[in-house]
Amino acid sequence: MKHRSFDVVIVGGGHAGTEAAAASARMGARTALVTLRLTDLGVMSCNPAIGGLGKGHLVREIDAMDGVMARIADAAGIQFRLLNRRKGPAVQGPRAQADRKIYARAMQNEIAATPNLTVLEGEVVDFVLESGAVRGVVLADKSQISARSVVLTSGTFLRGVIHIGDKKHAGGRMGDRPSVRLADRIREMNLPIGRLKTGTPPRLDGRTIDWTGLDMQPGDEDPVMFSFLSERPEVRQVSCGITHTTEKTHEIIRSNLARSAMYGGHIDGVGPRYCPSIEDKIVRFADKLSHQVFLEPEGLDDPTIYPNGISTSLPEEIQEAYVRSIPGLEAVKIMQPGYAIEYDYVDPRALDGTLALRDVTGLYLAGQINGTTGYEEAAAQGLVAGLNAASTALDREPVRFSRTDSYIGVMLDDLTTRGVSEPYRMFTSRAEFRLSLRADNADQRLTPLAIALGTVSPSRRDHFENKVSALNKGRDRLEETQFSPTEVQKAGVAVNLDGTRRTAFQLLSFKDVTFDTICKLDPTLAEIDEKSASQLEREALYANYIDRQARDVETLKRDEAVRIPVGFDFDALPGLSNELKSKLNRARPESISQAGRIDGMTPAALTLILAKIRQFSRKDVG
Amino acid sequence: METIFALASAAGKAGVSVVRVSGPDAWDVVERLAGTVPRPRIASVRRLVAPNGDFLDEALVLVFAEGASFTGERVAEFQIHGSIAVVQALLQALGEMDGLRSAEPGEFTRRALENERLDLSQVEALADLIEAETEQQRRQALRILSGALGMRVGVWRDQIVQAVSLLEATIDFADEDVPVDVSGDVRALLDAVCSEIESELRGMASAERVRLGFEVAIVGPPNAGKSTLLNYLAGREAAITSDVAGTTRDVIEVRMEIGGLAVTLLDTAGLRNSEDQVERIGVARARERASAADLRVHLVPAGEAPLLDQIPGDIVLTAKGDLSGNGVSGLTGQGVPELLDMIEARLSGIVQGAGLVSRERHRIALGEGLMHLKQAKKLLDDGLDVYDIASEEIRIALRALERLIGYVDVEHVLDRIFSSFCIGK
Repeated sequence: MKHRSFDVVIVGGGHAGTEAAAASARMGARTALVTLRLTDLGVMSCNPAIGGLGKGHLVREIDAMDGVMARIADAAGIQFRLLNRRKGPAVQGPRAQADRKIYARAMQNEIAATPNLTVLEGEVVDFVLESGAVRGVVLADKSQISARSVVLTSGTFLRGVIHIGDKKHAGGRMGDRPSVRLADRIREMNLPIGRLKTGTPPRLDGRTIDWTGLDMQPGDEDPVMFSFLSERPEVRQVSCGITHTTEKTHEIIRSNLARSAMYGGHIDGVGPRYCPSIEDKIVRFADKLSHQVFLEPEGLDDPTIYPNGISTSLPEEIQEAYVRSIPGLEAVKIMQPGYAIEYDYVDPRALDGTLALRDVTGLYLAGQINGTTGYEEAAAQGLVAGLNAASTALDREPVRFSRTDSYIGVMLDDLTTRGVSEPYRMFTSRAEFRLSLRADNADQRLTPLAIALGTVSPSRRDHFENKVSALNKGRDRLEETQFSPTEVQKAGVAVNLDGTRRTAFQLLSFKDVTFDTICKLDPTLAEIDEKSASQLEREALYANYIDRQARDVETLKRDEAVRIPVGFDFDALPGLSNELKSKLNRARPESISQAGRIDGMTPAALTLILAKIRQFSRKDVG
Repeated sequence: METIFALASAAGKAGVSVVRVSGPDAWDVVERLAGTVPRPRIASVRRLVAPNGDFLDEALVLVFAEGASFTGERVAEFQIHGSIAVVQALLQALGEMDGLRSAEPGEFTRRALENERLDLSQVEALADLIEAETEQQRRQALRILSGALGMRVGVWRDQIVQAVSLLEATIDFADEDVPVDVSGDVRALLDAVCSEIESELRGMASAERVRLGFEVAIVGPPNAGKSTLLNYLAGREAAITSDVAGTTRDVIEVRMEIGGLAVTLLDTAGLRNSEDQVERIGVARARERASAADLRVHLVPAGEAPLLDQIPGDIVLTAKGDLSGNGVSGLTGQGVPELLDMIEARLSGIVQGAGLVSRERHRIALGEGLMHLKQAKKLLDDGLDVYDIASEEIRIALRALERLIGYVDVEHVLDRIFSSFCIGK
């Protein structure tokens, strides 16, 4: 029997798996990625788009850590749009339609070219267990791969069931088998398991769509890229079409609701509220007579169109009937019917902040298996799990992210302390420090961490250091340059004539003051390069709020630093209510900060926990 | 690190009360209130003057250096005269200083712990204390959130969540079928909450009451002996008395102290329908002042019913006790000690029920919340490009209001968005 040995094994080659493998390899760990087929790497099984609001932030953060997703998406992008362009920079999110084939090919090339990384084809059916700890994986051909840590990124493949109308079959993705044996093994580990569902729309043949008369949505004129290293799109840019459902569509769906997998009572899993099926939309928003449908091309040389907004689990013939009631789609051919998929997920409260299972040594989980949805959420978790699986294997310190430094930190904390009640998706509103956690400064926030870990390429390091030094020089200039109120007024800016001299940076935080205004006051400031200038403009815009948030950040960081030891006995705390004890036992907070976010927690109870931790750590020492 | 303060001794009237301040700005606070900072650990007498120039009290001031105090931080202690009014005034002056906030329950202890200022046995003894604090906090929260205020707070909470969810819907779902400009709706919601909070703040003037005193009105029909009783209580002829019914026309005020509380006694015109225009004005004024007073003493002639509606807690006594043998009499002093006891009991009930310190905290919280909600409204005028900042202002307001309205989670906001808009393109 074949037996191979690595530091880290990654199971699965989706968005979580590829990012995890690349991160682990960058850490210097000898890494193996096991996938069913080499061609599965970088496959987008849902809509062919990357980024968006909150999600775009995640992609930028992955890039700041020198991850792969951003660069691949830039290479494959066929329509770039910066969402919320008219709103503040803190809530702007880069998004792109991607060419499915180019994306997968670029990802496969990237993975193949990554040092320390070996890709193996095979089906993982079991773990190698040594006294309860995971020490590798067993493949279907009974060969073993041993490793010091394993990252499982099995997506929707655990006990996946696909529903089309009242027909159902086992499957992880259309055309793929589910991982039943692995799922059984995970059930044996006594992890808390739940069931979720998600859906997709039918895929349409673009050659049979009548595009005349449909609204077209082009990309931005000056495309904003994902990666801090990318300058411009690499392939031809296209537009998306926009159409809408009609009363006839709604009628067809209403009269066939009983045949929908979801409404026919065939599905137990909980679906996301922000991505409802067309059945759901029509039932829940009955007074809405029409819904928008975006016709998104799946690739430049691919006629497939992804109709975003009409995911469904109705029978095939009904899908055809309702799709053809939509303007432009009267004669459309369905290439692949829409379907709903149900799958197992592990309650992420069983994980710690490094995405390691608390009760199973050596096993990390990332992606949809943790109850999340979205490529970006999956990739970000892959990054975290990959870095930490490698850290463990190499006996290095864990790599932690905080709510105060990143959306990644927000997601990890949300998942591991609060669990999920529907597939978890990132929104900017989840980040309480939204004004400082911007897509534009993801590198300033995270690249220093990556540099300290030694996981960035020399070119990224140079690029980053140049940017920061230009930025610091520019900021210093703005802080040094002061103007009297009279000077400021002359430049047409309303200001109190209170005798206070204001720095150029302070002026930039005024409404209606732009960098050009400042340059009018002191033409030598125009020496500051354009990129730094716009970045400083954004910093100044939020300066007052960020100063105010700094205190909250400090408090949170202090509380995060007080870690609750593994195995801490909440039951032994006198003076805590039984209700709080049971909540603490369920959530098993890792720090005082997490404990503080548990519903019903009081400052007094926190003090008590803190007191016991102090006692605990002293006993440890003594 | 923020600087925190709290009343360290028991609430209520006492010989001496101790207010403790801990944190990096503790000594600056002393300098601002007392002019100079005494040497550490040397108790020194200082005149305390609030930043607005109000004289607060002559106090014993004690400061401790960082690393040599109970909490391990810079600490200042003000030992002041234990009057509720003085304590209240000092806490208010502290609350209005930048960078200071009132301490959460157990926060001094927590800081002591964090700075390793407690030994193991002290840590173990904490549990009981904590339990007591938790229980107290729970009761306090219940008291505040039961009844009419609880309902109002519930409405605010709904409206604020609705306002923020409208803004967030336009931000987080910009590429979906949601409205673009929600300024009008958000402004309307915030207007409603702001005006309610403003009126609540006006109503919270009871904190002022403690400082300025309570009003106790003596009411009853003409010639019931109200003015005689007032004069007896005042120990002087404050009001003209005669056998002629309707002698008192205007409201007569006498300030005195009952049970350590400042009280203004009001003598009012006898209640009757009169042809005399001046007397009619007097009667109207009597009714008005009596109903606004904190407490009413109804003097009722034997065998009759009170003329004014009673408010729960009011004291009803038989008039001219010297004639009837029971009740109260300003002529002989009969029943007066009992009356004073009753007044003291009712007023201190009001003081305690309101929870002096917590009320001040809530007032500060409401004031802060109001300020940020107003700021948010102003930002709405600047249009979509500052929706993120407007939303931030509402979040800051929510954080300030959380003591009253409870924790508002992003899930509450998302719930509202998903139930109001058809999201999911």
